[in-house]
Amino acid sequence: MQASDRFNINSQLEHLQAKYVGTGHADLNRFEWAVNIQRDSYASYVGHYPLLAYFAIAENESIGRERYTFMQKMLQPCGLPPEREED
Amino acid sequence: MYLYSLTLQRATGIVCATYGNFMGGKTQEIVVARGKVLDLLRPDDNGKLQTLLSVEVLGAIRSLVQFRLTGSQKDYIVVGSDSGRIVILEYNKEKNIFEKIHQETFGKSGCRRIVPGQYLAVDPKGRAVMVGACEKQKLVYVLNRDNAARLTISSPLEAHKSHTIVYSITGVDCGFDNPMFAAIELDYAEADQDSTGQAALEAQKNLTFYELDLGLNHVVRKWSEPIDNGANLLVTVPGGGDGPSGVLVCAENFVIYKNQGHPDVRAVIPRRADLPAERGVLIVSAATHRQKAMFFFLLQTEYGDIFKVTLEYDKDDQVTELKIKYFDTIAVTSALCVLKSGFLFAASEFGNHALYQFQGIGDDADVESSSSTVVETEEGFQPVFFQPRKLKNLVQIDEIESLMPIMDMKIANLFEEETPQIFAVCGRGPRSSLRILRPGLAVTEMAVSQLPGIPSAVWTVKKSVNDEFDAYIVVSFVNATLVLSIGETVEEVSDSGFLDTTPSLAVSLLGEDSLMQVHPNGIRHIRADGRINEWKTPGKKTIVKVGCNRMQVVIALSGGELIYFEMDVTGQLMEIEKREMPGDVACLDIAPVPEGRQRSRFLAVGSDESTIRILSLDPNDCMHILSVQAVSSPPESLLLLEVQAYSGGEEGAEHPASVFLNAGLQNGVLLRTEVDMVTGQLSDTRTRFLGLRAPKLFSALVRGRRAMLCLSSRPWLGYIHQGHFLLTPLSYETLEYAASFSSDQCAEGVVAVAGDALRVFTIERLGETFNQTIMPLRYTPRKFLLHPKQKSLIILECDQGAFTTEEREAAKKEAVDGSNQDSVMMDADRQETGEDEDREDPLPDEQYGCPKAESSKWVSCIRVLDPKSAETTCLLELQDNEAAFSLCSVKFHDKELGSVLAVGTAKDLKFWPKRQSSGGFVHIYKYVDGGKSLDLVHKTPVDGIPTALCAFQGRLLVGIGQILRIYDLGKRKLLRKCENKNFPNTIISIHTYGDRIYVGDIQESFHYVKYRRDENQLYTFADDNCPRWLTATLHVDFDTMAAADKFGNVFFIRLPQDVSEEIEDDPTGGKIKWEQGRLNGAPNKVEEIIQFHIGEVVTCMQKASLIPGGGESVIYGTVMGTVGALLPFTSREDVDFFSHLEMHLRQEHPPLCGRDHMAFRSAYFPVKDVIDGDLCEQYATLSADLQRKIADELDRTPGEILKKLEDIRNRII
Repeated sequence: MQASDRFNINSQLEHLQAKYVGTGHADLNRFEWAVNIQRDSYASYVGHYPLLAYFAIAENESIGRERYTFMQKMLQPCGLPPEREED
Repeated sequence: MYLYSLTLQRATGIVCATYGNFMGGKTQEIVVARGKVLDLLRPDDNGKLQTLLSVEVLGAIRSLVQFRLTGSQKDYIVVGSDSGRIVILEYNKEKNIFEKIHQETFGKSGCRRIVPGQYLAVDPKGRAVMVGACEKQKLVYVLNRDNAARLTISSPLEAHKSHTIVYSITGVDCGFDNPMFAAIELDYAEADQDSTGQAALEAQKNLTFYELDLGLNHVVRKWSEPIDNGANLLVTVPGGGDGPSGVLVCAENFVIYKNQGHPDVRAVIPRRADLPAERGVLIVSAATHRQKAMFFFLLQTEYGDIFKVTLEYDKDDQVTELKIKYFDTIAVTSALCVLKSGFLFAASEFGNHALYQFQGIGDDADVESSSSTVVETEEGFQPVFFQPRKLKNLVQIDEIESLMPIMDMKIANLFEEETPQIFAVCGRGPRSSLRILRPGLAVTEMAVSQLPGIPSAVWTVKKSVNDEFDAYIVVSFVNATLVLSIGETVEEVSDSGFLDTTPSLAVSLLGEDSLMQVHPNGIRHIRADGRINEWKTPGKKTIVKVGCNRMQVVIALSGGELIYFEMDVTGQLMEIEKREMPGDVACLDIAPVPEGRQRSRFLAVGSDESTIRILSLDPNDCMHILSVQAVSSPPESLLLLEVQAYSGGEEGAEHPASVFLNAGLQNGVLLRTEVDMVTGQLSDTRTRFLGLRAPKLFSALVRGRRAMLCLSSRPWLGYIHQGHFLLTPLSYETLEYAASFSSDQCAEGVVAVAGDALRVFTIERLGETFNQTIMPLRYTPRKFLLHPKQKSLIILECDQGAFTTEEREAAKKEAVDGSNQDSVMMDADRQETGEDEDREDPLPDEQYGCPKAESSKWVSCIRVLDPKSAETTCLLELQDNEAAFSLCSVKFHDKELGSVLAVGTAKDLKFWPKRQSSGGFVHIYKYVDGGKSLDLVHKTPVDGIPTALCAFQGRLLVGIGQILRIYDLGKRKLLRKCENKNFPNTIISIHTYGDRIYVGDIQESFHYVKYRRDENQLYTFADDNCPRWLTATLHVDFDTMAAADKFGNVFFIRLPQDVSEEIEDDPTGGKIKWEQGRLNGAPNKVEEIIQFHIGEVVTCMQKASLIPGGGESVIYGTVMGTVGALLPFTSREDVDFFSHLEMHLRQEHPPLCGRDHMAFRSAYFPVKDVIDGDLCEQYATLSADLQRKIADELDRTPGEILKKLEDIRNRII
């Protein structure tokens, strides 16, 4: 790899994608985008205790249970991924 | 508009807690994080939890752990927050502050998915700490110490794994081998790719051990093995000689012991017998108790049951058995702390926290599940059942009040007191309550006794300087003096030497052990050996006022003559000097003799012509006037009080104390003026209106320091709390005269007279802004309204997944019947004693929680409560799975019904997988029995959930999902008049003003709507350009709305003046324009004028003034139990001053946990025109040098800045 390659936009993007989960790319599909948003949201709910408490009141569950449910939902937040088109 | 944001009562809920020896002594302390506040608590000798320190950190604390370096005596605190930094704190006992030892940045700020801070784990030997994120990132820092024994921290070592969700991490105890950390991980990479769903089904949680190789200085994934897919929590098992090492994996329904190269040892968590089969049992908090020879774990489930977990293991550290035994049931906690002193601190998720004492450690026989008896059948593991019982091993000894969560709040002066009361409905499920908050300190009355006449004054005296407790209470009447001796009981005595045939003016201890009584005709000096010296007034003059301390006495004779006495070496009272004062003397005071001095230097004299003079008592210039202050009204009472601005520990060397002259004026104002210690000059006066009567000032003891009691139309206490001088009202009746009181039963009390009674009381919970009166409710309160005429509260309560009271009673009866058959003996006993009838509820729901029903089941009630008598005058349980969510009082214009109550209910409401219901109803109730009771008029079915109701021009506005509708009252039901279906999601609030309607949407902020009567049309003419998830709304003025959103922001929006005028002037009301919307919405957009991040979900807001005659501010309450205020600035000067002060504090005193202040307050939207008072008030806690530096920059003195801060606080509360 040449030195100049390191600074072109693609390699910078690749670096970002490797470093930060959820950095998008040109071929990102709707599902992947949504999954990322959902995971970010759940992580934010778990991180902000007052929000967690707010949900816990709404659902009449304990805060611990609510946190666990949100963590569990991070596995498949938007259901099954769409079938890949073979190319 | 500029606002000053100030927290009036800090958050009371607890996010996480840890405990250890932070002071470095033998005692253990608890550090609790309350979101953005870090507190240090300690149980005192009486088992009461005391707050030693409370710091606003201006960031969100998410995790806390404590560690200790080997050989050290003191623990450090590691804080995981949203700052993207790891912060290590040490408690400095001398200065009473948390000191930041290390702060290392590792990532972006904010609560993000891959930025660590969510989890923390330490090596039990204190050699390393791991900080983890929800996903992917884990960092390990090596902790060590340098040559000077200071703590050092390494650069971070990465233990990342992509596409991995982390549920819990903990340190593994492996003695002095390389530090190990365990984590529950779930890899989602394959599930994201596989469209058949097979991979997601097979996704497996793993327990992974990470080893920190101290020699190579890197972290390796040592070992990873599949575990139960319900795993959520890890608990360290002691190792390295103290136990078998490894971890306990808490999973849904199971606890599993796991270690490297060790077979799993699994036991089921016992279930409550009444738990529906589809519900799991999840452990939500855990604590470990370690003693020399044994250890056990206390694990609490989501239902509140605590289990004691013990491990049996052999010599080779092979665990042979894991036992889970039912221990006790307490309210669900977010953290449990087992202290060495035998206390259990339970930080409740919602509601009050408690301190328990261990009575046993669960050694008695009880329901137990063991790994050796686990039965696995085809349907899975066989469950073990138990029935909760009364507390056996724990006994509650203290309770800390918590408002969390405040569901709704209203401020009104229903009781016609001097200040309005805050009515807050708090809590959840069976622990819900209505709390009436009054600004001021709570008072505990110890004794009230009637006296034979109307007393005018009261004093307490010790017999000797070295006595711990007071010996006499002396009460003066118009023509007599009564002496009471304090012992086992308080009784009248006549051998005290005091003259009882005359009223008294002052009674005090003189010198080492002699007593003095000043009466109008002279001074009576009673020596310890019984000798009595009497000094008589010359001629016909009488003594009118007295000021004295242990060595000095000054009397004022009628006509304005002052005579000064001093105690000489032989214990004689000697006349030193006289002085004529111009005019009568109104009041006198001498400060106590300073430690190591002969005399106090200043005498303060107030005269009737509205002046206060400071006189010298120094032998060189005795009775010379040093300074004069003219005041607005004649002074009634004076008190010289030493105030240490910030307690720099015990001595406070860096903050020299300053003496304040306090003067209570006849117009009810308290003046506080600083007295120069050398020259006696007066400067820097602060005024505060206390009440309608002239304040009388007395000194009292608070936490061993001198404090000030001010008796006006209500009593006030001026004292120092964590570095701040606070002047707070006491919630007690009007008092005439008071003195401090110290006896065996009550170390720091006050004795006071009021009417013909003598009262002894103590002041507790110092530092709290509000005191609470609590009334329990049945279900989670949702909303309430105050009925201003009837002065009653109408509260809506509902709970999801619970049983109605009738069902509960039936079930209970069954249970009792069942248990009766089991225990015929006990039953027989009971019948013999005849207690069966009035036996109290054996398992109160407050402690045990309601049994869970299926989630589609709702219970709900409407309650009418009279707050004065705390009596529920009407309670309507809703039937058929209805739940009430909205209410309003409405007066339909063409009916004779008068004011009626409208309640919106939902039927069969479900939230998952999507919010749905089988419709809703609007109930109309009329008030009967003068508003004490409700009577259903009719019930109108609607096609959605009526989530917002509002009276509007003699009709009812109802928000049903996306529809805004106007109803009128009909005979059988409400009649639909007009509707607009074009709201984005769900209408959650409606306010009206004139013909303007302000509609709040659950996620799309406000819509300004106009109603055209002639066309009978509702149309939106303006909306917001930001999506905002409203949780609380407030109408401020015609064009302005204030609201809070789900993410903890508060904002004000305003319709631009020209647009507003245009709409009002336009004959079509802007209708033409309305037809051409802008940005997929209304043609006009509102402007954001205020923006601020509170950091907690605000659930209610109201405009109110908490002090008589004060300006209005916006008062809000949050889910975490915070009560705060936003005060509008009235002058540009103040705005400039405070924004500069805020700027300097941001630079010089960044928040404790590493979050950038500006970034925190702008977490979602950039902060706009709000000054953070919580940060500004931290000025008082800075070192004197820093205070001066900032003050110089602002061209002021530190005193002026402190005064400004005090002034602005006094404008709110």
